[in-house]
Amino acid sequence: MFDDFLVRAAFAGLGIAIAAAPLGCFVVWRRMAYFGDATSHAAILGVALSLALSISVFTGALAVALVMALTVHALSGRGYAMDTLLGVLAHSALAVGLVAASFLQGVRIDLMAYLFGDILAVSKNDLLIIWCGAALVVSLMAARWSALLTATLNGDLAMASGVDPKREQLILTVCLAVVVAVAIKVVGVLLIVAMLIIPAAGARPLARNPESMALIAAALGGLSAILGLQVSLEYDTPTGPSIVCVAAGLFVLSVTFGRLTQRAR
Amino acid sequence: MTLLSTKNMSVRLGGHTALRNVDFSIASGEIVTIVGPNGSGKSTLLKALIGAVKPTQGSLERRPGLRIGYVPQKLHIDPTLPISVRRFLSLPKKNSDAEINAALARVGASDLLSKQMFALSGGQFQRTLLARALLEKPDIFVLDEPTTGLDQPGSAALYNLIEELRHETGAAVLMVSHELHVVMSASDRVICLNGHVCCHGTPDVVASAPEYRALFGTGTQGALALYRHEHNHSHDGETHAEHSHV
Repeated sequence: MFDDFLVRAAFAGLGIAIAAAPLGCFVVWRRMAYFGDATSHAAILGVALSLALSISVFTGALAVALVMALTVHALSGRGYAMDTLLGVLAHSALAVGLVAASFLQGVRIDLMAYLFGDILAVSKNDLLIIWCGAALVVSLMAARWSALLTATLNGDLAMASGVDPKREQLILTVCLAVVVAVAIKVVGVLLIVAMLIIPAAGARPLARNPESMALIAAALGGLSAILGLQVSLEYDTPTGPSIVCVAAGLFVLSVTFGRLTQRAR
Repeated sequence: MTLLSTKNMSVRLGGHTALRNVDFSIASGEIVTIVGPNGSGKSTLLKALIGAVKPTQGSLERRPGLRIGYVPQKLHIDPTLPISVRRFLSLPKKNSDAEINAALARVGASDLLSKQMFALSGGQFQRTLLARALLEKPDIFVLDEPTTGLDQPGSAALYNLIEELRHETGAAVLMVSHELHVVMSASDRVICLNGHVCCHGTPDVVASAPEYRALFGTGTQGALALYRHEHNHSHDGETHAEHSHV
């Protein structure tokens, strides 16, 4: 069944949606959007490096994303103006990556494919990597869920209950790098954070508990992937941005629904 | 039995010394209150004792297996995070519904079970935090200004509740408070902090210490008298209805 490129694309989108949902909730709750930007933009540098060294794009992107995520993790909580620093890192990483890619000679690379994703070109091997990455992220987050939540509510409260908030943040950091690396092929570096944030934000008005918010976010993300794929086929639009457009539409619907039911209550 | 103690402990935070040479100890069943002006290191001392900040010098000893019920000064719940009181009271370890109901009932907040955390009023929030601390089955309650944001009767009711919990559970209570009149009557010992321990002892000793008067002025005797007056009253009408904003 995975011989059909559309089936592969659909499953790739679903895999990313499922991995991005619980992580995206934490990105929203902890206001880590810029953190995600810095990590994902750095991945384009990883793409350039892996093409230069002829290694797999996944490996290169994961390595550089991990380095960036750990750097930002180490810098956080040291009293810098974090949003400024992250803005500097995110955009510098993207610019350096693009410049580095321009130096590559003899390799024809379609940068658009890495900036905005190329879900229709997902191979069976890519699909395997995506689902392994998603399984890793989801199982890691499921295992640490309560500790992660406690650390997100209040670091001192977590510490008093024997949960080290720094370690929990490190887990999120690693998960973020993995999601970035596996999502490049699907939505591209520029729109990875959109897949983290938009379904989670769309789930917020419909959820009354953290767990239900993550589940609803996964459903919204999966729906966006499937519908976005169809829209893209129908109207011949780029697939990654189409998926994000559908997610944004669902977000607007959800927020409107939330407002209306709140007023009715 | 000593639960927590420090010897000559100093803590540096962000380049300045928040605490220096602090000797401190608290035993089971004691109520110890830390007073001091803003920026005197009160919260830092509590954070060092619960392990959230590391001493840069000196020693900190904790009885092995010590269970802490901590109530932070501020707990901001991001509006993007939906969480009910029931779920909040099961973090990080799962508690049964029976345990959660009992803890909420004990702090007089039974009706809050299915409310969202961000929809709670100040008093409801503090009671929920206290219920969470209670669920830790603590050997010691560590409370950082537990009455922040409460009106006068609300905070009197909360202090009464804390005292009752101490009697029922036998746990020690270590708290930071600005309400000097309450502190002076309800504590076994008072520690007056200003970057270092400037004086400590029973409330009467501290209230008459020149260091304490230098920090808090001479009006405190009046405050003490005011408290005693209120204390008599509080036995007649302890019930205090709380108003929710929801």
